[in-house]
Amino acid sequence: MKTRFLTLAATAAALAFGTMAAQAAVKGCWVYVGPIGDFGYSYQHHQGLLQAKEKFGDELETSYLESVPEGADAERAIERLARSGCNIIFTTSFGFMDATNKVAGKFPDVKFEHATGYKREHPNVSTYNSRFYEGRYVQGIIAAKLSKAGVAGYIASFPIPEVVMGINAFVLGAQSVNPDFKVKVVWANTWFDAGKEADAAKALIDQGVDIITQHTDSTAPMQVATERGIKAFGQASDMIKFGPETQLTSIVDDWGPYYIERIQALIDGTWKQQDVWGGMKEGHVVMAPYTNMPDDVKKAAEEAEAKIKSGSFNPFTGPIKKQDGSEWLKDGEVAEDGVLLGMNFYIQGVDDQLPQ
Amino acid sequence: MRIELVRRPQHSALFSALSPFIALGLTLVAGAIMFSLLGKNPVDALYYYFIDPLTGIWDPGNRWQLHELAIKAAPLILIAVGLSVCFLSNNWNIGAEGQFIAGAVAGSFIPVLFPDFQTWATLPLMLIFGMAGGAAYAAIPAFLKVKFNTNEILTSLMLVYVAQLFNDWLVRGIWRNPEGMSFPGTIRFNEYAILPQIWPDAGRAHWGFVFALVAAVAVWFMLSKMLKGFEVKVLGQSPRAGRFAGFSSAKMVFFVFLLAGALAGLAGICEVAGPIEHLNEKISIGYGFTAIIVAFLGRLNPLGIVAAGLILALTYLGGESAQIALGVSDKAVRAFQGMLLFFVLACDTLIHYRIRIVGALATKAGEATQNA
Repeated sequence: MKTRFLTLAATAAALAFGTMAAQAAVKGCWVYVGPIGDFGYSYQHHQGLLQAKEKFGDELETSYLESVPEGADAERAIERLARSGCNIIFTTSFGFMDATNKVAGKFPDVKFEHATGYKREHPNVSTYNSRFYEGRYVQGIIAAKLSKAGVAGYIASFPIPEVVMGINAFVLGAQSVNPDFKVKVVWANTWFDAGKEADAAKALIDQGVDIITQHTDSTAPMQVATERGIKAFGQASDMIKFGPETQLTSIVDDWGPYYIERIQALIDGTWKQQDVWGGMKEGHVVMAPYTNMPDDVKKAAEEAEAKIKSGSFNPFTGPIKKQDGSEWLKDGEVAEDGVLLGMNFYIQGVDDQLPQ
Repeated sequence: MRIELVRRPQHSALFSALSPFIALGLTLVAGAIMFSLLGKNPVDALYYYFIDPLTGIWDPGNRWQLHELAIKAAPLILIAVGLSVCFLSNNWNIGAEGQFIAGAVAGSFIPVLFPDFQTWATLPLMLIFGMAGGAAYAAIPAFLKVKFNTNEILTSLMLVYVAQLFNDWLVRGIWRNPEGMSFPGTIRFNEYAILPQIWPDAGRAHWGFVFALVAAVAVWFMLSKMLKGFEVKVLGQSPRAGRFAGFSSAKMVFFVFLLAGALAGLAGICEVAGPIEHLNEKISIGYGFTAIIVAFLGRLNPLGIVAAGLILALTYLGGESAQIALGVSDKAVRAFQGMLLFFVLACDTLIHYRIRIVGALATKAGEATQNA
């Protein structure tokens, strides 16, 4: 019996190695926190994988694990990929930070790329993120131009800097049009839960907001907005299919260019540790087509987008006051990246108490 | 023609032993069909699902997977062993998830608030506080049940959410790592506060797995060899008979809740002091609830629970292995896990019932014997 197992194991191993040897130059692997069918965050990362696959063809073999929990399981999932022959592993959620660094220490020959984190404890770990706040600023402008109530609803996931930064950028955009514009925030305490997100959207609409934006990944808020006949912004991917009459635009996370660049670097032997925070300029943040809005609003949005893209304008440029009225940035002062990445305060105009 | 289930006068020892194997066989058949429909070779799929994670038994290069199995199974076994005593005594504690978190929080306060307290006593104290925290948290539904006759299913379940939110509040607020860029989570524990690994060279399995085995054997001994175990079962099956024997229901409620809470709390502190190394808001992915399945899968027998915990852990590891090797989706491997559980529980019916195929003509006779 034992020999039978052994032969079976040996055959399977041979099969596995046999297919692997199908002259792929590189094996790239991805770890997703959600299901690839969320039509949001993990879906977009997977689109990046598909873009890379299309670019490199047979040169690139890919593998991925979806819905990986961020607790003790993450390390196992990443280690399994490292052992399965991956040359470069993209861990795409903040909660994988410690696990990524631990496994990286054990596998110095494998390259690790961790999204949205800040720890690079080994030379084979890079970090990357996108400046989504640039898109949120543009959304704020659109919201303030279109809203009759002067209040927008914001469905937020967790009070981490990434999300707080997004809320602030949205408010800044809106205030550049209407200084009295208000934003109501609901914390859904989830990245992906269609039921909770829909409830949050309903609660916000009942409180009188007439535009909804979200920093959670399901399409439920878009669908609720459609039912109630108000406008909404998509999240992470172009959600126009879920609200053809509703979506104004969407911040599309386009990870493909980054993945292609890094895999190319690995093939060329030029891969180096780095910390990248790309935005509209680098093509990492893309706005979905501006729809369901009058031409003048569309024009204002396009102008703001062009300004940010050219690099001549940062949404976090003073004067900006914190929520309590104290000064944060002086006139003309631009926020440092380090401050933004650890942001844990609201600016003036947010109608909410930041959960601390 | 129809199929009837007829209650056996006594439960069948034969099917007690056979039913898990019948279930495994049915799962393999159903799984093979599912994987074939997905266009994957079913033999490969089943190999990666059930065998690949175990290849470490003979292949040292794969030994790390056995460690991962132990890491995954440890909290499930610890919690389920405690729950089995609750369930046997007819106390429906389904709040082990909350007790797990309470234990993790109670044990973590030492390395978080006193990071400079670094002696050989740090870890034992943390483990003791973890158990005490879980037990204290479990004492709440026990007290409410004894004093006010509240339904412990509701109270213990609701306290899960309280524990989750309390932990969330701590790690985002006063316990947050000041150097953590405002992300939730405490500082990383110092080396004296980390649960050591058993064989660090081979993998990262920690002593939590040993605690789980010790707990299982100890509770098995108590249930089968000690008067206390008899008391648990008597009060569970017939509270009235228990009272005649002089056993106190109220004391039993406290005993089983405190025991289950302490074990869940131990599982919690082992998880944060073991693989995670700090306290954060995502320490549990529902171990307290999955352990309920493990407890019943092990037929409320602590030794059976060890096997059940390992099998359930195997399905998680095998699921990942199949995802990577064959590119099947996470959904497919979860459906397969569901099939396994379904067949195991369904086949247990055979222990208490036997299947009789009744032809149209024989129906009347069948009903007659049933009424007799």
